[in-house]
Amino acid sequence: MSALVSLSPAEPVVFPTAPVALRIEGVRKRYGPRGNGVLALADISLEVARGAFVCLVGASGCGKSTLLNLVAGLDTVDDGRIERQGRVGLLFQEAALFPWLTAAGNVELALSLRGVERTDRKAKARELLDLVNLSGFGDRRPHELSGGMRQRVALARALAQDADLLLMDEPFGSLDAMTRDLLHDELERLWLERGFTVLFVTHDVREAVRLGDEVVVLTSRPGRVAERFEVRFGRRGRAANPGVGALAAEITQRLRGEVRLHGRDR
Amino acid sequence: MAAIGSRRKEWGVDALDQDLAGLDRLELPLTPAGSRLVALWSSAWPKLVAVVAVVAVWQVVIWSGWRPEYVLPSPLAVAERLVDDLSGNDLPAAIAITLRRAALGFGLALAIGVAVGLAIVASRRVRVAAASLVTGLQTMPSIAWFPFAILLFGLSETAILFVVVLGAAPSIANGLISGVDQVPRLILRAGHVLGASGWRSYRFVVLPAALPSFVSGLKQGWAFSWRSLMAGELLVIIAAQPSIGVRLQFAREVADAPGLLAVMLVILAIGIAVDALLFGTLERTIRRHWGLLEPRR
Repeated sequence: MSALVSLSPAEPVVFPTAPVALRIEGVRKRYGPRGNGVLALADISLEVARGAFVCLVGASGCGKSTLLNLVAGLDTVDDGRIERQGRVGLLFQEAALFPWLTAAGNVELALSLRGVERTDRKAKARELLDLVNLSGFGDRRPHELSGGMRQRVALARALAQDADLLLMDEPFGSLDAMTRDLLHDELERLWLERGFTVLFVTHDVREAVRLGDEVVVLTSRPGRVAERFEVRFGRRGRAANPGVGALAAEITQRLRGEVRLHGRDR
Repeated sequence: MAAIGSRRKEWGVDALDQDLAGLDRLELPLTPAGSRLVALWSSAWPKLVAVVAVVAVWQVVIWSGWRPEYVLPSPLAVAERLVDDLSGNDLPAAIAITLRRAALGFGLALAIGVAVGLAIVASRRVRVAAASLVTGLQTMPSIAWFPFAILLFGLSETAILFVVVLGAAPSIANGLISGVDQVPRLILRAGHVLGASGWRSYRFVVLPAALPSFVSGLKQGWAFSWRSLMAGELLVIIAAQPSIGVRLQFAREVADAPGLLAVMLVILAIGIAVDALLFGTLERTIRRHWGLLEPRR
């Protein structure tokens, strides 16, 4: 066989309906030694339109966090491509604030690393803390804030990056239900006002339906896209919409099916 | 903007602001404003009691007549002698000489310890080669270096400083290394996402994160360097350099017990002052800022 012969298949023609903020194409990721490692992601493909709010749900071992790390550029793909537009911010389950800086200092560091002039940082940081309803808490150290407040500082810090794409890795997972509800509203408001794109990973299906335009169910070991659900309810008063519960139940059933497959394997 | 304004109202966003503010207020602990003076007193009196107890035991031993007064003087005699010596010229001059050496030795140890620590942190190869050596050096009693140091540098200040640096630098390097090693992965990832990579990651994330451990290393390094310095001043007697150690040795030779004990009190006081007031305060401030201290009750 001649190495000069190119056998690449014809590129499929795509007519995007909206500009794309993130395109994941055939991404594979394996951990551990070659031939003996664990396949975390197998041929995963996903497109996220600019300004969309997409939630990823999956059971343990679906490679959610792996995928976010790859998109954030904290790790490299074994195969496939990830294309993204603009700056990327990442929120973790823990706020991951720097304990040696105040709340405002954390936001200012993000501004400084983005190249914002020293003279503008203070005012800008205050503005961002105002935006997440933390006016007057800028001088507090992270340990002097509650869990929900820390997560909002982390949100302000991500906004300070002027992120076009916000990746969220179970950001409200460790908060109590009341705080989580309020932060859902808060995140939704910021998203509406600022128009960034969100890729939100959670194991809480109800949370995914509450927040997303679309809920993507992933398979486990290896992670693949199993099914995509569009959420058609309006955003106003969505938390109280009985349809949310029904859709969440449907998605949970789908997820259970995936988990059940692994039980049968044994 | 008008669209957002009307949407705010329509969606009850103003209510959300209030809900969040209310929850924040409820979740933050109430901190009663305590008086600084009261706090200071409550931490000071147990220490005062301990000092009084030690002096009392000392006085009881004197009264028992276990040793003659010219060998073991009473607390009062030593206190009088200390006041006398401190108001004279010789003891303050000796303190100045010793403190200058301490500062010089610790400063050198700081520079060398930080340089070695950074080299080990930055390069895997240097670490494999040098990390266990640094830890090994730390276990070596510094007084055992003196015969060698005297051979190398003669009876000179260089010999003393050589041993002071060898005693303190490994602790300082180790503090830095373990601090960098213990930076949580999450913090590193957060820094990376914010755009801190390469030297910026060290400057803005790794080194600040290593600070508490580094300060502990400094504190330990000071303890080692102070001990090495005292040992050095007893062993390496330099003419025309009447340091604290020289005075101690001299007091023993002329059997001047009150003078000897007065100098010992000075050594103790300097050690405690630097350890507690300088490094202790630094350590506590950092730990308080980081939320590593239990709030005072």
